[in-house]
Amino acid sequence: MADKPKVAFYWCASCGGCEESIVDLAEDILFVADNVDIVMWPVGLDFKRHDVEAMPDKSILAALINGAIRTSEQEEMAHLMRQKSQVVIAYGACAHQGGIPALANQFELEEILRWVYHDSPSTYNDEKTRPQTKFYDENGRIPELPQLWNVVRTLDQVIDVDYYLPGCPPSPKLLKDAVIALLTGNVPPKGTVLAPDIALCEECPRKETKPTDLVFDEFKRPHQVMIDTEKCLLAQGLICMGPATRAGCGALCTIGNMPCSGCYGPTSRVRDQGAKILSSIASSVNGKTEHEIDKIIAGIPDPVGTFYRYGLAGSILRKKVKFEERV
Amino acid sequence: MEKTNGQIRIGFYICHCGTNIASSVDVQKVTDFAATLPNVVVAKHYKYMCSDPGQDMIINDIKEQNLNRVVVAACSPFLHERTFRNATFQGGLNQFYFQMVNTREQNAWVHLDPLASTDKAIDLVRAAVQRVASHKPLEQKKVPIHPDVLVIGGGIAGIHAALTLGNAGKKVYLVEKEPTIGGHMAMFDKTFPTLDCAACILTPKMSAVKNHPNIKLCTYSEVEKIDGYVGNFKVTIKHKPRFIIDDLCVGCMDCVEACVYKEARFPDEFNQGLSRRKPVYMPFPQATPQLVLIDPETCIWFKSGKCKKTCVDACERKAVDLEQQARVEEVEVGSIVVATGFQPFDSKKISYYGYGNYPNVYTSLEVERLINASGPTQGVVVLRDGSHPKTIGIVHCVGSRDKNTNSWCSRVCCLYSVKLAHLLKEHTGAEIYNFYIDMRTPGKSMEEFYNRIAEEGMKFIRGRVADIYPDMSDPDHKKLIMKAEDTLIQEIIKVPVDMVVLSVGLEPRHDAQQVRRMLNISCSTEGFYIERHPKLAPVSTFTDGIFLAGCCQGPKDIPDTVAQAGAAAAEVLALIDRGFIELEPNTAFITEEECSGCKSCIHLCPYTAISFLEEKKKAFINEALCKGCGTCVAACPSGSIKQNLFDDEEIYSEIDGILNFDHISRELSYV
Repeated sequence: MADKPKVAFYWCASCGGCEESIVDLAEDILFVADNVDIVMWPVGLDFKRHDVEAMPDKSILAALINGAIRTSEQEEMAHLMRQKSQVVIAYGACAHQGGIPALANQFELEEILRWVYHDSPSTYNDEKTRPQTKFYDENGRIPELPQLWNVVRTLDQVIDVDYYLPGCPPSPKLLKDAVIALLTGNVPPKGTVLAPDIALCEECPRKETKPTDLVFDEFKRPHQVMIDTEKCLLAQGLICMGPATRAGCGALCTIGNMPCSGCYGPTSRVRDQGAKILSSIASSVNGKTEHEIDKIIAGIPDPVGTFYRYGLAGSILRKKVKFEERV
Repeated sequence: MEKTNGQIRIGFYICHCGTNIASSVDVQKVTDFAATLPNVVVAKHYKYMCSDPGQDMIINDIKEQNLNRVVVAACSPFLHERTFRNATFQGGLNQFYFQMVNTREQNAWVHLDPLASTDKAIDLVRAAVQRVASHKPLEQKKVPIHPDVLVIGGGIAGIHAALTLGNAGKKVYLVEKEPTIGGHMAMFDKTFPTLDCAACILTPKMSAVKNHPNIKLCTYSEVEKIDGYVGNFKVTIKHKPRFIIDDLCVGCMDCVEACVYKEARFPDEFNQGLSRRKPVYMPFPQATPQLVLIDPETCIWFKSGKCKKTCVDACERKAVDLEQQARVEEVEVGSIVVATGFQPFDSKKISYYGYGNYPNVYTSLEVERLINASGPTQGVVVLRDGSHPKTIGIVHCVGSRDKNTNSWCSRVCCLYSVKLAHLLKEHTGAEIYNFYIDMRTPGKSMEEFYNRIAEEGMKFIRGRVADIYPDMSDPDHKKLIMKAEDTLIQEIIKVPVDMVVLSVGLEPRHDAQQVRRMLNISCSTEGFYIERHPKLAPVSTFTDGIFLAGCCQGPKDIPDTVAQAGAAAAEVLALIDRGFIELEPNTAFITEEECSGCKSCIHLCPYTAISFLEEKKKAFINEALCKGCGTCVAACPSGSIKQNLFDDEEIYSEIDGILNFDHISRELSYV
């Protein structure tokens, strides 16, 4: 046991899907279990924070951290994992680019809390209770809860990250390849995203059906149309993020008759995935007048949620800025 | 680079431009600031960076201080980017290790507050210094120049340019859309200020064009399409059908004589509709080439399919071909002279002058024909009602210098009005009134000409004509009253006249925009084509290899037109004799293994430089066709198209540089 390299998993602001994807290794998980010691995995094993704290620095070969960073606890744990690990891998779209939780960056913290704890139609909260970081229970104990930060951040905005496994969640194949690479020491340069550096169209079976002169007269959302199962989704007026999104998933969504939503993030050559697809699609909007153009883009009611579904925290937009916060 | 161990070493220079920049931008402060920026090794300011000492400063600093990047803050890159790139090269660096900041046009000349202007200069400098660090060495591609030339437009500008080029031994395609060359000048009677007869000086040049071994004259033809780029244009010329076989027709006019229309009954375009022609006709006696043509709009055969076709039988040479079709020809040229000319202002747009309603109101061009010996009346000035005018009023600035029509001064109207006044007086002995706003007679011998004519007894009234209406006291209602304020005596005056001449202004042709798009050149808001620089590149355009001559660039008289046509020809010759051109290396390119074949870029390229390789399923950019507009670069969703001089790293570092300032302290400093 002692000879096996140590691996840790940790989760931050995430949905749990990334944990599922580890289980999705199926029988390959036996290979992982045979070859490494898992020293931390809150979902699967009963190790505690103090167990990790007790370990010597850099004693863990690799920490795979999923989820974005939005609380003080997540930030502390990220730092701890960094300290104890030789390699940190941002695992999944949220750690990689902020993911769904980072859509919160469109709002100020106070707006979010007010909505969730007071204004939303399903909320019943006469005492106007808000989450507290500290409280006194009847036994005189003072439990502390993590604090919510104003901004949701990607993992690499908090700690130094060595590699990225993209996806919501990453495909089991990418995970397996990454583990093998780590175990054999056959690793790419630091900072690499461990997925093919080409856009999804490359592996999409619908590629052939995309015309070379595609322009957009209107945009539709998946629930508004009967989607042709073979034709390029963009050519059907659906926003497909495929051209701006890294390949590596095997075109799961487009094969499943849904447009790509962009979870693998951009290629290494693009700094801002949302801006890039926006710029690309805008170039082909078939309107001459402002009015015509407005009418066409009205078909995209939530541009941030569409183009920055996973990438807001890591993008140039990053967060809503109040005037006073400019400096 | 070995000397610097991979370190970036930037030399920064800001130019005073005399006082142009220094009076609004604190050059010392900018220099001090630049010195604090990362990688900046040298920061200096100098009175004239573009001068030899200024350039030597850069060259010496590169050598002595081991600089490997240069930033100059001065004027527009259009003016001196080449100068400083060259200095960078002379210092031993790749010339693209240079970045220019425009602190003159974008700063000193547009801002009044020196404090804010200096702050803006600092931001621009920070951006350039950050950007230049990521510059890469680039090579310029050399492209050979095809020695043949296309001249578009067969007026005096096109004729002169074509002859100059032909005489220099270059092959010229002269394309004119009308059936004859000669343009507007061929319609004029005499020309100011020398009063030579337009035909006498023009027709020899027209025949010279026709007979020139190096000029291929394509009349009744239009340029339909232009592909390619400087040195290598592919031009599609459409030859419209004359229904006469060019090679067989000798211009004997037998067919015209034989036409089933015994009387000429259709308005003659050349004579401004003042005379009539047949459906088969020669535009005017000296038309070049001497070929008749059939106008299908008026020919009864084309309109009804029924005609005895006497013209066909009359031609012994069998030159009449009623089945003739338009013919399309593709030619290759290396450069293009655009000499598409102007159109006269349409007087009907000013209703209160009554043109079209009162038969005795004429445009200046009609009067040119009326007084011309080969015109509709053989030079006798007879009004539409058959009478001879005793008093004539000439209205200057019709359609010009008026915010309701065209705001510009058409430059030639004062002088041609004076000329027409002289010629009308000579032909009719009438009393002549000139209504002018200002007499504008600049140019060699022009003021003398005006004085000379004024002394012939013309009346000059300083005032814009406000109204023209029939004189009710005249029993025949033929006389017209011209009402104007004589601004020199500040009185409203009403002058009864027999004839009114409207001195119409010059404006861009109705199809100027269409031609502009085809050529990919720019035009001003009024529609005249824009020269690359009004003083330093007056006949060049922003598209390399395309030059301007004549009134398509702005109103001008014949001497200036000919001078400009000569200049355009000289620029073309310089280009051809150089043999090659170095292309700006700012082209876009695709790294094949990075392209996913998503096809987003293919149809966006305005120059059709991108194609989709069906076998490889990848997009491909023909760099020779790429003009570096960046459209595809912005649109490539996976960032697989890159552009030299504008890669993401360079643009982002420039943006970071621009935005990276201290808001609070700056806002406080303005309070």
